[in-house]
Amino acid sequence: MSASMQTADSVERPPLPPHGWSRQRILGYGLVVLWAFMGIGLVAYLISAWNTELFQKYAPGYVSGIGITLSLVGISIVVGAILSVPIAYGRMSRNPVIAGLAYAYVYFFRGTPLLAQAFLVYYGFGSFRPELDAVGLWWFFREAFNCAIFAFSLNTAAYQAEILRGAIQSVPKGQWEGAASLGLHKLQTLRKIILPQALIVALRPYGNEVILMIKGSAIVAIITVYDLMGITRLTYSRTFDFQSYLWAAIIYLLIVETLRHAIDWIERRITRHLKR
Amino acid sequence: MRIAMRIALAASAALLALGTAQAQEKVLKIGTEGAYPPFNNLTADGKLEGFDVDIAQALCDEMKVKCEFIAQDWDGIIPALQAGKFDAIIASMSITPERMEKVDFTNKYYNTPPAIAAPKDSDIKGVTKEDLAGKTIGVQASTTHFNYSTATYTDSTVKPYPTAQEYQLDLANGRLDAVNDDIVVLSQWLDSPDGACCKLIGAIKPVVEIHGPGAGIAIRKGETALRDQFNAAIDAIRANGKYKEINDKYFKFDVYGGDS
Repeated sequence: MSASMQTADSVERPPLPPHGWSRQRILGYGLVVLWAFMGIGLVAYLISAWNTELFQKYAPGYVSGIGITLSLVGISIVVGAILSVPIAYGRMSRNPVIAGLAYAYVYFFRGTPLLAQAFLVYYGFGSFRPELDAVGLWWFFREAFNCAIFAFSLNTAAYQAEILRGAIQSVPKGQWEGAASLGLHKLQTLRKIILPQALIVALRPYGNEVILMIKGSAIVAIITVYDLMGITRLTYSRTFDFQSYLWAAIIYLLIVETLRHAIDWIERRITRHLKR
Repeated sequence: MRIAMRIALAASAALLALGTAQAQEKVLKIGTEGAYPPFNNLTADGKLEGFDVDIAQALCDEMKVKCEFIAQDWDGIIPALQAGKFDAIIASMSITPERMEKVDFTNKYYNTPPAIAAPKDSDIKGVTKEDLAGKTIGVQASTTHFNYSTATYTDSTVKPYPTAQEYQLDLANGRLDAVNDDIVVLSQWLDSPDGACCKLIGAIKPVVEIHGPGAGIAIRKGETALRDQFNAAIDAIRANGKYKEINDKYFKFDVYGGDS
């Protein structure tokens, strides 16, 4: 048969994509040029609006704002990660009471705005000062920064618990069964077989969560923690200079971009054995 | 054909917009904060009230224009004026050199001194830098009081808050040792049940470079006709007793201050 006689050279291939100036191609180039012009315009504006006096006066504030943002998010993510383990365990529990409690926790903290949670913690606990004094907790809630850490940690713990749960459950059941047939203990299975596979799945969502927290933390000035965004607003209200917001946007972009690359790098490291 | 249709449509839309603009030409939009009682405040059902609002209404009546009030967060109020969301700010805005670089002001329509308040059991004796050394002071951000506090109380921690209500909460629960704001605003709060925690320490002598000559009406730069209209209207309600009537509705003393 002629079909079976075909050599590798005469295999039927799909036609080559048409070359030339298709509509999409023109649109694509147009958009790239537009973006490039906007980028150039932005840089040109920043150069033309450069004001050394302004920079010297307000740059230290920005630096302290970046410090507040990073430490707030850093501490909250770590505390949230620790809290998320028992919550994820509760979400997967067969005990209806534990599962219900964990579900309610996640339901509340994912279903209400972070802004409302921060406000509730800061001003809500503030109105229970005598009671908090009595149990010796007021020193903690007196500081706005602690209140922010508290609210942010609880919030991110809910999201991280769901990420963790989803990742663990994404590992096929056969892995558990296989480990059990080899006589491995449940905790051993979790640590040596399930988690290494689950964390590959969880890495991207974790990265998203950190990035969302960095941007979400911009609301914290409402409870008098002057992070990068709070400093920016203060600066703007004194200078009425629009570039104060532009600088904040650029700094946020740089932070997020750095994180993105870090996560890419980690992913490449931990999936080396999957590369083909 | 389609292009011609579009042009015709756009033209008629533009005409329509022009027509409505002309019909509404006499409506002056006034921006105010709505979180600074007794000067301006949002009622429970969302209406604006207060000294600023009554004065603004009296000025509009005097100028024979219809006025519409718009509530706007304090730290965005000048950008909102510049963006054309409203035509004038009547919101107890102090006339300061920093702001005058961005907007024009009318003459003042009142002038009251700033003051310090503290909890009733406070050991703060006065309002000087030494009296407040080591204390935490709350102020509303983006105000002359914030500028004054950061410049004067350099040995204290100055905490900026978005609105007056929030520093009041924190002074009541003890996160703050003192607050700095307009004496009238503080007195009104201290007289209310919410302010029972705290007392007035004393008034601060205003510094003209920081506090300015008083509160004025802010308008976009270069709109001199509107400014002259407002100035004439302020003089008119001062002269015909309308100002005194509003003043007495809210205060037991004259908030206009001396002729400066």
